[in-house]
Amino acid sequence: MRVIVNQITREVPDNSSIDDVLLLIDAKPPYAVAINYEFVPKTRHAEEVLHEGDEMEVIAPVTGG
Amino acid sequence: MSAPLPIPLNTADPLVLYGETFASRLLLGTSRYPSPQVLENAIKQSNPGMITVSLRRQGTSTAEAHSGFWDLLKKMAVPVLPNTAGCHRPQEVITTAQMAREVFETNWIKLELIGDDYTLQPDTLRLVSTAETLIKDGFKVLPYCTEDLILCQRLVDVGCQAVMPWAAPIGTGQGPLNPYALKLLRDRLKVPLLVDAGLGLPSHACTVMEWGFDGVLLNTAVALADDPVAMANAFAMAVDAGRTAYLSGAMKAQQSAQASTPLVGTPFWHQS
Repeated sequence: MRVIVNQITREVPDNSSIDDVLLLIDAKPPYAVAINYEFVPKTRHAEEVLHEGDEMEVIAPVTGG
Repeated sequence: MSAPLPIPLNTADPLVLYGETFASRLLLGTSRYPSPQVLENAIKQSNPGMITVSLRRQGTSTAEAHSGFWDLLKKMAVPVLPNTAGCHRPQEVITTAQMAREVFETNWIKLELIGDDYTLQPDTLRLVSTAETLIKDGFKVLPYCTEDLILCQRLVDVGCQAVMPWAAPIGTGQGPLNPYALKLLRDRLKVPLLVDAGLGLPSHACTVMEWGFDGVLLNTAVALADDPVAMANAFAMAVDAGRTAYLSGAMKAQQSAQASTPLVGTPFWHQS
């Protein structure tokens, strides 16, 4: 199935969890995740399964004003 | 010339926000510095009460360029204030705040809800309800807002225990453009008020502190100075000077001159 991760379309196996996708993109902690504009806490990353067309955001700390 | 001594922590007259005490009334942004080392030195030199931070997508050039930032934050051990910079919709703000809470392990959030990209003016019509949602979700919200009295009052009404009106648009360095409204805010609202955005000079910071503001938050004025470390120090001193002046009670300005040197006994004086 196809999902969009940080605005890049990616092919991932069906029933992939958030953790599966984080592994696929080599995400480096610390990070936080949102699916379709909804925050998903890290306690649910292993169980939360993505669906076709889902938009996943993986964010990291940066400087800010 | 030797470097000035770092600004000492202020424990006698601390800034208190949401019941928490901060040793400095200067809040410092962490963006746009020439290098991480300069940022680190600016923080060390000015001892800010909090430093602002943000979130961006992993894998982007922005995030990659900040790969060492997390280590610097841990090393500095200064309280962090995550922002929701760049958010244009309430849902973006709320999700970003929740992500920031997890990453930075803090309930503090600088609420930014942008309504206009040219001026970066906050979306004042949706700011209050967004602040209310965040407060109900357990955040300690510091809203970046305009100097509008009613807006600020409504933010307080929904539970904001501090408000952060702008002095001028972000990054302009123009200083307080609407002294009347800012002073009126100080007179009417009893919660802590911090001027956020638009300060360009230490004298701007000193001025708003003299008016009774409780603190200032700034970034660009320090980061883009020729010597950011020295400028951070100058702002810290200006904030302290303004606060001390406010507490000292300034004299009333008068129209006519009044000699400060005693007149009695003036030599060569003759009654005409």
